[in-house]
Amino acid sequence: MRRIALAAALGVLLGLAGFTFRYAEGLSYFSTDPRACANCHIMRRHYDAWQKASHHAAATCVDCHLPQSFFAKYFAKARNGWHHSKGFTFQDFEEPIRIKPANAAILQANCLRCHEDMVHELVSGARTDRDAVECVHCHATVGHGERAGLGGPPRDDERPTEGRTK
Amino acid sequence: MTRGRAFFLLLLAGVAAATAGATALLVSIFERKAEERSPYVRVVDVGEDDTDPAKWGKNWPAEYDSYLRTAITTRTRFGGHGGSEAMPEEKIERDPWLKRMFLGYAFSIDYRDRRGHAYMLADQEATQRLTKPQSGSCLHCHASVMPLYRQLGGGDVFKGLDETYKHTYQEMSKLLHDSGHAHPVGCVDCHDPKTMALRVTRPAFIRGIQALAQSDAPVPALASIAEWRRGKRARPYDPNADASRQEMRSFVCGQCHVEYYCAGKMPLTFPWGKGLRADDVEAFWDATTFPDGHAFYDYAHAETGAEVLKAQHPEFELWNQGVHARSGVSCADCHMPYMREGATKVSDHWVRSPLLNINRACQTCHRFSEEEIKARVDVIQQRNYDLLQRGGQALMALLDAVQAAKAKGATPEQLAPALKLQRRAQWRLDFIAAENSMGFHAPQEAARILGEAIDYARQGQVAAVTVLAH
Repeated sequence: MRRIALAAALGVLLGLAGFTFRYAEGLSYFSTDPRACANCHIMRRHYDAWQKASHHAAATCVDCHLPQSFFAKYFAKARNGWHHSKGFTFQDFEEPIRIKPANAAILQANCLRCHEDMVHELVSGARTDRDAVECVHCHATVGHGERAGLGGPPRDDERPTEGRTK
Repeated sequence: MTRGRAFFLLLLAGVAAATAGATALLVSIFERKAEERSPYVRVVDVGEDDTDPAKWGKNWPAEYDSYLRTAITTRTRFGGHGGSEAMPEEKIERDPWLKRMFLGYAFSIDYRDRRGHAYMLADQEATQRLTKPQSGSCLHCHASVMPLYRQLGGGDVFKGLDETYKHTYQEMSKLLHDSGHAHPVGCVDCHDPKTMALRVTRPAFIRGIQALAQSDAPVPALASIAEWRRGKRARPYDPNADASRQEMRSFVCGQCHVEYYCAGKMPLTFPWGKGLRADDVEAFWDATTFPDGHAFYDYAHAETGAEVLKAQHPEFELWNQGVHARSGVSCADCHMPYMREGATKVSDHWVRSPLLNINRACQTCHRFSEEEIKARVDVIQQRNYDLLQRGGQALMALLDAVQAAKAKGATPEQLAPALKLQRRAQWRLDFIAAENSMGFHAPQEAARILGEAIDYARQGQVAAVTVLAH
């Protein structure tokens, strides 16, 4: 009798959890599709801005924001996934959203993965140094334009130039 | 109770908790998805005569909730409201030179720190300035007054506005209360009730901005005016049709946060026909005459008799001279920045100092820590404050010199040059003192204006002293 009751309860839980997983498009998080990163609405503007930024043709979200090796990649996915879902469910994150040091290190490594041949004079051996050159410090707009996040005033190239001579 | 049974109950409780958690998560995800699909639901119809924001709040609860928070007392280093909970502190007691500068004008009776939008009507009805005659024009910006303008003008709001200066404040106030629209400025004053698009409603703003468009004053921050000037000018510039959405995010504020004439000799006037800089506005007033032919002035200074100008709060004008305006940053970008409400994005309608909301207001563009941003603003405002106080002292020296000359028998003709310089100095000093950003909206321009104020005050002092020497 108890076993039946427990089995029934577990069944309800499994069914509900499974449905929630599907409804939340859980499987998409195992893909490399950039649209998955905008699933939870927060990254909608980052996704939109990436589509118009220069790296759109060369790199997707995971190319820049996740490590390449299997274990490091899934560890980073799990850690960020946990932080993001917790933050979004409880609505307790800081605005504006800013990249944290561990993710900045992943990003920097990915810049170098493609561009190292050109910049090894600048950054060789200095990736972890406190004074290391961070690519996006200067090239801040390559991924998402000038401002992603919640958006703000229009960028200079989006504004009419009429009447601005004086 | 056997161990088996306890284990069973524990497990069951665990499964129940996990099921509840999964359900809560499902519901949360469902709500967020729904929010993204339809950011608001129109449950009541609103129209042009719905001046009560509470009704609009049923459709747009996030905006309404933040609007209600304008009743909260806020304070920054240079702005906002200290004093008691009941009424803000008196500015004229803190800076006695302000009081002396305003002698002969009602601001020398009562001039307090500001409070939030929620208090605009109550504070106006409570001010001691009403013990002196005040005109009905003042309600242009302190109440949701458009239905009353339509009523007074037979549907034409410009005609309606032109009726109001002839009435006393008390008469207009009674009409307003009788009409049932005695609310502070609310949703309908900046939003089209059909589309929720931003729009300007205030006739004095529309006249003022049209006059600015007709002039050839530079408008580096207002591209749509430059665009209109280049065109055929077949019809007057119309902010509601010609301005970009980004410009509208400043224009709605510019309906009130500006310099104007608001007393009883002529209709409410925004003085932009020669441009928006302090000097342009001064030139406009200098070229203006009242209907009785007398040269324009706001009040005669009680000590010297000089017919001087009173600057109101030219935030829109000073912002136009600054680097933020030139970079396309609107009033709303800093004073009503975007915020998240679940999966939706709304403008924060708790209009307040950006210094109270640095992460949303400043850090969207400026990638520095809050402390660093605050420190930078503090440096700008402290420098402006110091220069302003120095200007106050210079003006007091001018007034002292005029008084001394009068005591020794100087004639009005002899003192005329000094009094002319008093008008110039006071105008510039007051332009920055009354402007509500302690110089931040355009720091270099503010310093330029204060530098001129000090120069004119000292020139005036010299002129008065020289009268005695001859």
